[in-house]
Amino acid sequence: MWCPEWSPRTNAAELGGNQEYTEKDSTLDLLYLTHFTNNAVQQQKEETFAVERLKLLKTVENLGVSYLKTTDQYVKKLDAEFSSLNFPFRTEADQKNAPPGPTEYEKRRKDHISHFILRLAYCQTEDLRRWFIQQEIDLFRYRFNNLNLKSKREFLHFNNLQYDTLSVLEKKKLSEKLINSSFAVSGITVEDQDFYKVPFQDALDLVRTRKVYLKDGFVYIPHFEIVTIVQNDFRTRLSKALALTARSLPAVQSDERLQPLLNHLSHAYVGQDYSIQKSIGKISLDQIEMLSTKSYPLCMRQLHRALRESHHLRHGGRMQYGLFLKGIGLTLDQALQFWRSEFVKGKVDADKFDKAYAYSIRHMFGKEGKRTDYTPYSCMKVILSNPPSQGDHHGCPFRHTDPELLKQKLQSYKVSPSAISQILELVKGMHYQLACQKYFELTHNIDDSGFSLNHPNQYFVESQKFLGGPGAVAGGKVDVKREDNATPKPSNVAPPQAPGPGNLSDQVDAEMTEDLDSFFQDA
Amino acid sequence: MIHLEMANAVYDQASLPDLLPLYYRRLFPFPQYYRWLNYGGVTKNYFQNREFSFTLKDDIYVRYQSFSTQSELEKEMQKMNPYKIDIGAIYSHRPNQHNTVKSGSFQALEKELVFDIDMTDYDDVRSCCSAADICPKCWPLMTIAIRILDRALREDFGFRHCLWVYSGRRGVHCWVCDEAARKLSVTARSAVAEYLSLVKGGDETVKKVVLTSPIHPFIRESLMVVEHYFTQYALLGQDIMSSKEATDKVLGLVPEDILFLSATCYWLSLLSVLKELLGDFKTEKNPEKRWGRLKTIAQIKSTTVKKGQYFDKEIMLQYCYPRLDVNVSKGLNHLLKSPFSVHPKTGRISVPIDLKELDCFDPFDVPTISQICEELDLPRMAGEEEPLEDTKESDKEPGEKRKMRDYKRTSLAKYVKLFDQFLEEMARSRKGELIKKSDLQKNF
Repeated sequence: MWCPEWSPRTNAAELGGNQEYTEKDSTLDLLYLTHFTNNAVQQQKEETFAVERLKLLKTVENLGVSYLKTTDQYVKKLDAEFSSLNFPFRTEADQKNAPPGPTEYEKRRKDHISHFILRLAYCQTEDLRRWFIQQEIDLFRYRFNNLNLKSKREFLHFNNLQYDTLSVLEKKKLSEKLINSSFAVSGITVEDQDFYKVPFQDALDLVRTRKVYLKDGFVYIPHFEIVTIVQNDFRTRLSKALALTARSLPAVQSDERLQPLLNHLSHAYVGQDYSIQKSIGKISLDQIEMLSTKSYPLCMRQLHRALRESHHLRHGGRMQYGLFLKGIGLTLDQALQFWRSEFVKGKVDADKFDKAYAYSIRHMFGKEGKRTDYTPYSCMKVILSNPPSQGDHHGCPFRHTDPELLKQKLQSYKVSPSAISQILELVKGMHYQLACQKYFELTHNIDDSGFSLNHPNQYFVESQKFLGGPGAVAGGKVDVKREDNATPKPSNVAPPQAPGPGNLSDQVDAEMTEDLDSFFQDA
Repeated sequence: MIHLEMANAVYDQASLPDLLPLYYRRLFPFPQYYRWLNYGGVTKNYFQNREFSFTLKDDIYVRYQSFSTQSELEKEMQKMNPYKIDIGAIYSHRPNQHNTVKSGSFQALEKELVFDIDMTDYDDVRSCCSAADICPKCWPLMTIAIRILDRALREDFGFRHCLWVYSGRRGVHCWVCDEAARKLSVTARSAVAEYLSLVKGGDETVKKVVLTSPIHPFIRESLMVVEHYFTQYALLGQDIMSSKEATDKVLGLVPEDILFLSATCYWLSLLSVLKELLGDFKTEKNPEKRWGRLKTIAQIKSTTVKKGQYFDKEIMLQYCYPRLDVNVSKGLNHLLKSPFSVHPKTGRISVPIDLKELDCFDPFDVPTISQICEELDLPRMAGEEEPLEDTKESDKEPGEKRKMRDYKRTSLAKYVKLFDQFLEEMARSRKGELIKKSDLQKNF
């Protein structure tokens, strides 16, 4: 098994042309990483590997939001992407009959090298690390699940994941509890399979979703579910590895060939994060009301409404809306004025506002504390993190609002019944961003929005561009390359085409090379 | 016997500047406080690297306070007389020197696992109060929350040292002090909080609890607690099945196919029974009987279509199950109000809650700072003896001796005693661990 972090091997393995693929590797084709060495990237080809892997990871990201990660659709689409990009994903049963193209060995090498290069690009900031780890873990889980039982056992064995198993007697005693703790565990499972007693800290995903029996700080996991444990272990190791890599980065950065590539890669991910407000100062506060009904995505419209009505928003709402406002171009002074004028109408007097809330607004703009310039939340972040609770108005309405209430809200915004049911269908299928895109199309009265929505500020910018308003981002490089989107958006409820990375057609940084450019247009 | 007169002192926030110095000089249990946060001195600089934050008069807020010794803590608090005290994490360096540390190196390392249950989060299901108000009718929600969470933390997670504290106004806090808890990562804390969360959704969500089969043992245990309190608290106290308005709210959580009896074929056989039950339901005025009808309907439903079969349990949980703020629990550097801190708005001291007497706990009986300050001045009752001194105490200055026993003359005494018991438990645990470790090392 190729897993240097866990194996007794302590020597760093060299990347490059030497045959590192032992007999064990050919039976267990999962990816584990070698230690960083200084003469990593030697050839042009390897740059391409990295870029292809990035494309793969972005697909993983997009699919992960649109589909439940355990469904067949998800697996099929990921399979397709793997094979089209020539990454290894299943043990080739019979090498002799392998299709023409790269050999298994070559695919594995590509796997390794591309992961390694992306590590360099993505170790640099907390945000990048988090994103990279998340996608690599999803990738890992997908591949581990493709292993057969025997291979899984071998993998565990090889990696010294030693957990106690329950005796037959203990299993019998706990049998009912075990069955009631997980939909997937039946009486037969309890009888036939080994159950591992794992400290709960090693099985957080199962604990979080309450899919396992927890007693006295230990969870009891049937053999077939061991992937979650393994995945967590992988996460810890990858996280540590990235931290290590970050430390050796200065040495790499002196390599002139590597540096531009790394910049392009991490820039390509970050892409449009709306932290650089090109339209700063172009919006005046008295336009906000109008803008909220015309160009705000539903989540921000909801927050704005709540703020106007109760003259207050809780922390989650202030962050989500506050950063959005920063992204549309409000200056710090405007933001302070805006929030103060609302809060003062409520229970907060001007003094208290200055003491309690002004600090956090300045913080958002990077003028306090760590002085990080916080970036407005992307759709992914809004949908997946910090769900709203009682008294909150943040989050994604398509994700977090009761379908009935959502329906009423859309009705009050004069959306037609047929359109509402289309949106609700998308919501049911968990295609929240597509639902929001549909909402865009309806409120702007067009058939095809022409972009792939993944950020509330993107919604705003696109809307303003369409309406010719003040929030449209100025700048010479804006090139609305709509015609490059060869795959048309469905106008009815059809499963979405395999989305490529977020549309970066606009605001492409001049530093990007021609090749990388074309890579990231929607094919 | 210490005689505690019902102090006539009415609390007034304006008198805090006078009361706080008295409180911090003569009543605040510094030795116990230090004993707690020092955790047996097992880890070097554990106390010294702990962040405290103070809110001073006029809402001046100071963070990154830290102290080398108990004495330094005492002196500083007696100098600053904070209105509020918050406890934060244990950092990699002394918090009061964090500006001298290279950016990025100053990290929060450990902290107790904490929970904050706030009555405001139940506003949509309590009819007696809203916002910051509480009353005996809605207080049972806190009792239920403590029972459910404490059981889970002990039996499911194996934590043994959970300190439950009244926040002083509208809720309770829990400090899980086990070593394993203090070392939990952010991800782990959020996983624990999610495991304990059943009520999901904000203002926009109507149905906040959805159960699927099989029902997890944790949910079963929690339901047992809720069921124990449900009749008294919800049906009688909160009247959730009395007025039309309240009942309609409950019915809003019942699956539509029950309410409107869509006559699909699996219903036909039971249609007449259900119709009768629903009719009964509408005419029945007694809330307990009404609830009984709903439960029967749920039972019948569970024999047919499985979807929505647990609606009666879901209703009980939505009305009673603890609502915790995940964000409070998951942050390693989150600051939480300190036990024995004063609540400026109510004057009440943030005291530990005795779980053995949980059902009798009355937040309105918790001493206020004005009350205990007044009790200090009460003359000693005849026959009241000075407690026997142990050798340690006789080494101290007479002033200190008096200081150490002052709180004992007030209503604060029993709460400090509770705290002492809690600390004693932890000390015993630590000792047990050390013995275990040294046993393991005796490899003969």
